[in-house]
Amino acid sequence: MNKLALSNDILLNIDKPARYIGNEVNVAKKDPKKVDIRFALCFPDVYEIGMSYLGIQILYDMFNRRDDVFCERVYSPWIDLDAILREKHIPLFALESQDPIKEFDFLGITIQYEMCYTNILQILDLSQIPLLTADRSENDPIVIGGGPCVYNPEPLADFFDIFYIGEGETVYNQLLDAYKEHKHKGKDRQSFLEEAASIPGLYVPRFYEVAYNDDGTLKAFTKTNKFAEDKIKRQVVEDLNQVTYPERPLVPFIKVTQDRVVLEIQRGCIRGCRFCQAGMVYRPNRERDIEYLKEYAIKMLTATGHEEISLSSLSSSDYSELETLTNFLLDEAKSKHVNISLPSLRIDSFSLAVMSKVQDIRKSSLTFAPEAGSQRLRNVINKGLTQEDILGGVEQAFNGGWNRVKLYFMLGLPGESEADIEEIAGLSNEIAALYYTIPKENRPGSGRAEIITSTSFFVPKPFTPFQWVRQNRNEEFLDKQRFLNQKIKAQLNRKSIKYNWHDAWLTGLEGVMARGDRRIGKVILDAYKSGCIYDSWTEHFKYDLWLAAFEKNEINPLFYTDRERSLEELLPWDFIDAGVTKEFLIDELKKSKEALTTPNCRLKCSDCGCISYQGGVCYES
Amino acid sequence: MKVRIRFAKRGIMKFVGHLDLVRYFQKAFRRAEIDMQYSGGFSPHQLMSFAAPLGVGLVSEGEYMDIFVNELMPSKIMLNKINHEMAEGIEILSCKQIIDETKHSNAMSIVTAADYYVAFSDEMLLCFNDFIDQEMILVMKKSKKSEKQVNIKPMIHQIDLRKDKIYMLLDTGSASNLKPELVMEAFFDYCQTEKNIPLMIQRLDMYAENSDSEAQSELISLDDLGIEMV
Repeated sequence: MNKLALSNDILLNIDKPARYIGNEVNVAKKDPKKVDIRFALCFPDVYEIGMSYLGIQILYDMFNRRDDVFCERVYSPWIDLDAILREKHIPLFALESQDPIKEFDFLGITIQYEMCYTNILQILDLSQIPLLTADRSENDPIVIGGGPCVYNPEPLADFFDIFYIGEGETVYNQLLDAYKEHKHKGKDRQSFLEEAASIPGLYVPRFYEVAYNDDGTLKAFTKTNKFAEDKIKRQVVEDLNQVTYPERPLVPFIKVTQDRVVLEIQRGCIRGCRFCQAGMVYRPNRERDIEYLKEYAIKMLTATGHEEISLSSLSSSDYSELETLTNFLLDEAKSKHVNISLPSLRIDSFSLAVMSKVQDIRKSSLTFAPEAGSQRLRNVINKGLTQEDILGGVEQAFNGGWNRVKLYFMLGLPGESEADIEEIAGLSNEIAALYYTIPKENRPGSGRAEIITSTSFFVPKPFTPFQWVRQNRNEEFLDKQRFLNQKIKAQLNRKSIKYNWHDAWLTGLEGVMARGDRRIGKVILDAYKSGCIYDSWTEHFKYDLWLAAFEKNEINPLFYTDRERSLEELLPWDFIDAGVTKEFLIDELKKSKEALTTPNCRLKCSDCGCISYQGGVCYES
Repeated sequence: MKVRIRFAKRGIMKFVGHLDLVRYFQKAFRRAEIDMQYSGGFSPHQLMSFAAPLGVGLVSEGEYMDIFVNELMPSKIMLNKINHEMAEGIEILSCKQIIDETKHSNAMSIVTAADYYVAFSDEMLLCFNDFIDQEMILVMKKSKKSEKQVNIKPMIHQIDLRKDKIYMLLDTGSASNLKPELVMEAFFDYCQTEKNIPLMIQRLDMYAENSDSEAQSELISLDDLGIEMV
């Protein structure tokens, strides 16, 4: 039986001890002494969140297919265990072998959202690995970061040895081979990092230095090591049918957020919404072959015993064989008692027909994400969803038996006016009104429409056409929220509309991290040292401590958010070649100012630059 | 058709709680391709019920659940099929058919006692006999609303020392239920020992009342109520 890093006594006195014992179904079992490389994959949040993330399952499977690698997992210990590990000086451990992370060759951390940055420091700290790359020695693991936040890695530059820019399936094997050779030859850390720096897509931040202008903007970003490259090109899988996908995903004991088989049907999105970073940095759109997907769906359901399968992509409706795939899964579902979940579907007669087969209409709701209230503002952000699409979809839904509709909007989009915000209330009202045009005896549900309108706050992200625009201040966000709330309260059908609103304090900070530079690293370090972790969990977010950390380092957070950047300004992430060219982004920004839309990739190529990747939608016809 | 499954929960699996164990088995039966019966409705679930939940931190050689299947198969084959899908620490010990398919034969409704070993240290020995010789053993039992003092002595069928362990046979089930942890708490109170000694508690088996009046014992193992499938 497995040994455990934690004593009985500790495990019986913390919440959900099964988070820390490993041993899940389909877990990798290897003898650590018989491998060349020990790799710890980390999602810096609590187990239930981390275990739900597909990317780690893909890499875990891919690494463990190699006989020379033993890949294990580690997640953030919850607050209760965090305190115990600190008090008793127990080093953080990996779930599989329960060995300390500090004994590993690699610690790979996926960076999925800005508000996990202090949790990254928690992981390093509890692992007893020096927080700063500069302080690490030969025996420390190589700390490597990947995921969407590395499209501006600069706020984290002090803490990572390497950033992996792009899709995990591409150059990891090359990196691992290089490491193995270095280890056998007994070479040092510095020379390994130099070799890593010469692998495409890998960024070694210590090989670059940064200079600033008097006004605080970036003056220069220069490489200081001859092995480093001037530009780091995002690495992309050309053909998704040629890469591995987990056949036997892990099945956790405790209930995790994503307690189902996740089938990634495609990567990238053809739509080109201007606010959406994922839609830009995962280009080009690449579909997986339908036969590949059918095969994996069956294999994964059989190997996990999950009761549900979910299709994953940025916009499922754009998958060209969605109908065939869904029908195949529906047939399987009938015989095997499997549920199907289809997120990010466009609401039309096809999707409504599918949904009425797979879910209980009385209990479910339909989701629309118009993002902006007015057609003008939807054109500004290039959200190709029209008023007719929404109302037409809703009407069909009401006639099909639904009475609950969820609507998602953003506040603080560039060029937004009060009238645009007011139209959010107007659209919500109109949808409710549509319900009451149905004769009383035919109205579905309780006899009342339930419209749930939610707003989030817009944060401009790197490698989008809005990377230069000003972000609203927290106070502006809150004012807009109040304004919208009043307008909703003034609608005729106000009793059928529920408005969900939330705090703005996290948003300001998210904006700083999203477009910050290397100087932000000190702020993150001080915030962490003063006690910030789990910032994305509202109940643990300590705004005062963050403010104090900014003040201590004499950094004004508004410099990073409340400021429109000139198109000439050197941006902290300009050294990355993400595929989309700056010319394209500038062009899109200009079109947005005139509320002009850009057609999707399948209708017309807009020359974004990603055709350089030799695959996907760019080469379809 | 109703099948009773006896399984062991060992080692680190003691940290997996009851509700998670239920979900674990639901998925395991699907992996093992056991032809389970499902309830109706929009979210059908497998028909299964457990005898008596085991607390987190306890191990067991005698856990039970009853499941409904569409098709029977020989006990040996079924046992191997399910064991093939088990995580380390859970082992199926037997699969037997229960002929009576009514609720009255459910493991959950007939269980009346369970026995345990509690690992034992020398310092406990001193007052053990005095403790069990008490006229009444009073403990505070907490319910949702209130706390009240209860005499647990009548709920203890048997308690004695065996080498380096305490053996106890306790009331279990809906009519009267006593957890071994509570007995030990009363014991520590009585002996005025530190309470935070980590306890190693192992459930051995679960029992129903024996309806066979000829039998020597009043209790019968839940396992013995089923018949081997061949």
